[in-house]
Amino acid sequence: MKILVTIKQVPDTATQVKIAADGKSIDTAGITWIVSPYDEFAVEEALRIKEKRGQGEVVAVSLGPDRVKEALRSCLAMGCDRAIHLNDAAWSAADTLATAKALAAVVKQEAPQLVLCGRQAIDDDMGAVTAQLAELLGWPCAYWIMEETIDTDGKAVRAARQVEGGLEVFDLPLPAVLAAQKGLNEPRYPTLKGIMGAKKKEIRDVKAADLGIAAEPSQLSVVGLEALPPRPPGRIIQGDVPTAVKELVRALREDAKAI
Amino acid sequence: MPNAFWCIVEDDRNGSPKKVMAEVIGEAARLAPGRVEAVWLTDKASEAGLKQLGEWGASRVLLLENAAFAPYRSEVWTAAAADLAARESPAAILAPVTSRQREFVARLAARLGVGLAADSVRFAMEGDKLVATRPVYAGKLLSKVTWAKSPWVATLRPNVFRPAEAQPGKTAAVERPSLSAPGAQMKFVERREEVSTGLPELTEAETVISGGRGMKGPENYVILEELGRVIGAAVGASRAAVDAGWRPHRFQIGQTGRTISPKLYLGFGVSGAIQHLAGMRTSKVIVAVNKDPEAPIFKIADFGIVADLFEVVPELTKEFKKLLEK
Repeated sequence: MKILVTIKQVPDTATQVKIAADGKSIDTAGITWIVSPYDEFAVEEALRIKEKRGQGEVVAVSLGPDRVKEALRSCLAMGCDRAIHLNDAAWSAADTLATAKALAAVVKQEAPQLVLCGRQAIDDDMGAVTAQLAELLGWPCAYWIMEETIDTDGKAVRAARQVEGGLEVFDLPLPAVLAAQKGLNEPRYPTLKGIMGAKKKEIRDVKAADLGIAAEPSQLSVVGLEALPPRPPGRIIQGDVPTAVKELVRALREDAKAI
Repeated sequence: MPNAFWCIVEDDRNGSPKKVMAEVIGEAARLAPGRVEAVWLTDKASEAGLKQLGEWGASRVLLLENAAFAPYRSEVWTAAAADLAARESPAAILAPVTSRQREFVARLAARLGVGLAADSVRFAMEGDKLVATRPVYAGKLLSKVTWAKSPWVATLRPNVFRPAEAQPGKTAAVERPSLSAPGAQMKFVERREEVSTGLPELTEAETVISGGRGMKGPENYVILEELGRVIGAAVGASRAAVDAGWRPHRFQIGQTGRTISPKLYLGFGVSGAIQHLAGMRTSKVIVAVNKDPEAPIFKIADFGIVADLFEVVPELTKEFKKLLEK
């Protein structure tokens, strides 16, 4: 079974982000980049499916500038067989729909039976590419999955998605698209052997023209980035615990009107 | 009506809209007075639910009632809603952030070939264009976005927008557009209910209590649940507590968990790591209790107590009980 996993390289959560001179993007100097955590759940699940079935291929795909190779390399180190890098200045301001269109074109070329994505990327938190990819392909889709089982003949997948108040289980005919939620699995760390082996694996560069995609303006565009409005300074309530708690309850009731 | 602001109804699966719809309808009415319409895909809408949408201010309800719409499947909803959008030409399509709406409107936007702004916290009309503001980079920055063409599709973070006040007696015109029932590739197998805590759902609650690493173990969450029952709060946890296996993942607040924006957030033994702040920083009032005066959460807290949470929580439960019994 061939499985395609979409990943995104994002700034590490703890990294400080500063607005760049254009006012619309972040200053990338000094940023530590990681594979978005939800995408690691997707990679791990794809590797587990391959290992369980004893055969198959896992292809990692990402869209972004040159630095994205590093993220793809770490997916190869985890165990993906090869990688595709959508690397073209035409995609530099791609919104979720433009990204989904590029990915859909890759899926059509690669013809996997399953596409696994992370629930959302932790930089812009749109959480839309998975659904939009499914729509462009006309494939069924399950969001926020907590577990999945592929039937023995590889024709369908049973997936449990997280919803408010519980889990909903569906059977999806393959090919299908699944979005991984935290709790699906515990991603592995690359082994030294994996890291060494990743250097020899293929990362294929793909341009928009290779996919037959004409450049088009994004449907959603960033007007500007803003710093958060500062929160009013807080107050540490002093005194022994019973006194401080009484004062807190009074302040929440009378000053903040929060209770 | 062309140029309407659609509000996609999130319901309780029992025929009633969730109260977050008052926020969506309220915001739509501020942006487009007199042009607010509710679009409801459901297997069964109740009369009371339809009445409620009218009282909140929808002038028209487009009710798509079909057994195929429950449980929700993106492929089925998208086909129906896209057909309706082609007939009606709405200016905007707004929905609250819930697990299914996040997927549904993304898929719908792709079908319609338009942009999507997810998890928005502010809107403004600038000229004849809608501009949305949404937190990015773990909530460290705000991004203002706009659309190349309409319909402008967006989801709204719950508890952020001022809810519409119900106006008793105000009614919406209910229409049931005829639509063929779309086929589905996905087949429903079963629903597994979570064990109910009897407390409100995390993302919907007006008050949220959160326990972090300082809780020391899973057995101690009972004291937070007791406090939760007294003040009607949901009880969540930090990533540290979830990764330690003390609480199931569905209770996690933060970047890889739920994003909440309650009126009141109370954090106990929560240090305030950036990934946690990402999920709760838009809370209106933040209270932090931590033994460590250097804990970063105190930097964004409105009220802090530097003390042992195991002394503070029982005392707080007692004081709130006294207050609420008055």
